Parts: sequence; C-alpha cells; structure tokens
Amino acid sequence: MSRQDALVTADWAEENLEAPGVVFVEVDEDTSAYDGGHIPGAVKLDWKSDLQDQVIRDFVDRASFEKLLSEKGISNDDAVVLYGGNNNWFAAYAYWYFKLYGHDKVQLLDGGRKKWELDGRTLTTDETSRQQTSYQAKEPDNSIRAFRQETIDAIGNKNLVDVRSPDEFSGKILAPAHLPQEQAQRPGHIPGALNVPWSKAANEDGTFRSDDELGTLYGGAGLDGSKSTIAYCRIGERSSHTWFVLHELLGHSDVKNYDGSWTEYGSLVGVPIELGAKS
Amino acid sequence: MCGAPAQDTDLPTGTDLARDTVLAGRVLADGEPVGGAFVRLLDSSGEFTAEVVSSASGDFRFFAAPGSWTVRALSRIGNGETSVQAGGPGLHHTEVAVG
Repeated sequence: MSRQDALVTADWAEENLEAPGVVFVEVDEDTSAYDGGHIPGAVKLDWKSDLQDQVIRDFVDRASFEKLLSEKGISNDDAVVLYGGNNNWFAAYAYWYFKLYGHDKVQLLDGGRKKWELDGRTLTTDETSRQQTSYQAKEPDNSIRAFRQETIDAIGNKNLVDVRSPDEFSGKILAPAHLPQEQAQRPGHIPGALNVPWSKAANEDGTFRSDDELGTLYGGAGLDGSKSTIAYCRIGERSSHTWFVLHELLGHSDVKNYDGSWTEYGSLVGVPIELGAKS
Repeated sequence: MCGAPAQDTDLPTGTDLARDTVLAGRVLADGEPVGGAFVRLLDSSGEFTAEVVSSASGDFRFFAAPGSWTVRALSRIGNGETSVQAGGPGLHHTEVAVG
C-alpha cells in the first residue's frame, strides 16, 4: 500500500467525476452537509445510521452492509472514493470499514470536503441516482480491528497510539473541545500510550502531510516500527485517520484500530489508567 | 458523538457556564458574517485542538478549558486569526476577521 494506491487528489477527482466504475461517496455524521451540496454524482453514507448497528454498539453485520451498498448502487468492481467533513475523519472510518468487509478498491479524497470547498470546486444539490447492485461483502477482517482485551494485553508489548488532543490524553477533558463534556466514566489514557494527535498528520487544509513528515512525526514520538500498533481515540473515527496514515500511507504491517476507544476503555472496571501529559 | 452541534448562538442543554469554558464568536469579512468557514481552535503552543464550521450567520462555538487560545478561520475569501484569553469558566466572546 502506498500514497498512490490509497489517496486521490482533488484535481484527479474533478477529472474523474463521470468516469465509469468510479463512485464518490460522502461520509458524514451530519448529513445536512451532503444535502446542502455534494460532489456531483456522489452518494451519501451516514456514519451513524448507516454504518452503526442501531441497538448494540457495533458495526452493521455483513448482510446489512451488503444491503446498504447494494441500495447505494455500489458494486464489488467499483473503485470507491470516500470523502467527508471533519478532515475526513468519518471518511477514514468508512475506508477502514470498507477494508474490513473486503472492498479493496477504495481510496480517500485528499483534503476531503474542506479542501474541495476552500478550492471553490463544484458542489451540487442534484439528486444522485444509481442502479441497485447485488453487493457481496467478505467476512470481517479483524486483523485491522482491535478489541478491548487485546488492547489491555498490548500494554507494554505493542505500540499504543492515543490520537486525541493533549488535554484529552492528560485527562483534563473527556471529549474534543467543540463538544460538551460527557462520555467515559474516567479521564486519562492507556498506560504507556504515545500521544500523537491525529491533527499532526494533516495539513491545515485537511490534506495529509508528506510521507517524510509523517515518518519523522511518528519516529520522533517514539513509535517502534518493529512492533505491532493499536491506535485509539474516543469513539474510533479519529484513530481511523491515524490507522490510515500508519497502515495505508506509511505501510506499517500490523496496525489495528481500536474502535471501542476511550468511551469503552475509560468505562471498564479495574483496567489501568494513566493521568497527565507524557514526561 | 463527534459531530459538532449546530453552531448557533444558543448554548446546548446541559451547558453550565459556572463549570464550562465556552469560546464563542463570529467570523467576519468587512463586518459581514462569513458562513461555511473552517474555524480552528489552537492551544497556547499552536497545537490544533478542534475545528468547527461557522453557521450561516458566521457563528462558532468551542467547549474548551481555561487558558490562552488562538482561533483561526479558513475561508474561500481568505484566512484570519485572533487570540482569546479564557481566565476561567464562562462564555468568552471573540470575532475573527478574514480576508
């Protein structure tokens, strides 16, 4: 995997809006963004209502994913280009999710909605209609998904990368600064975790930093490239962004996203927690 | 959930200004509100903390912690930034001029 395989530029996207076999998919939690104007021809996925089971805290199952993609008119052979707001957080989450269900032809639009809008590129409110398909998903590939026990067992053994902001990491706040304070029972981070906020991997316009800059960033933070890595945040979307950087752009071999993240870990009884900034 | 709440001037239910530190303000160009700007909250070391999109009336809001902050706005008509000192809990107002 490399940058050329995993990312497309806004220029490429603009030239390929009507290319056969290419489907643009906008992924947001706030679908009003899509409804207010989207990339021409793009379909929308709602991070919460489409990709989350509505009763238990988990993904939709394989059959539901197949139904969703079939209804959206996405086929197994399509090259899917994902983009979204929040610096591609939810698009990166969807990318990881598509990979989990075995869709290999998937890429992220570098810079997502933000760069597209700042560049003044075309957005439309025209409805997109695509013919229904019979999408076939694979069994979930859990080699890229970490669960809680594996994360606890990783303390002292694997790289744990906490991608939240420094104040969330130290335990000063429980949620990002644009949200009311709520969520996990306890603040802090997993003992021994490195704190490399996801935002350090992105430029101001939402594009990813260069491979050299990214290598220096994680190397400088003490990430041991010879070990396996688990990334986490609060609910697993910002850590998808970092999973994408480590696994898809930098090509690290064993990287998992812990989507339970701090809202699960910080509410578990009896697990070790560390407070304070990294010394 | 991780999406930003609607960036209007009303504070969401549950906000307690005796406890919470809220930075709120507007993005303006020549005195006119700028909607759809990307508003970034940077801490005292310049580190990115959060980002929201300004509402049609140019409004934005962050839940933060007391301290020195920079609010930086990116928009199609230009960028701009301003500093905010939040000495403690409460509502701290600011305006960011872009252009």
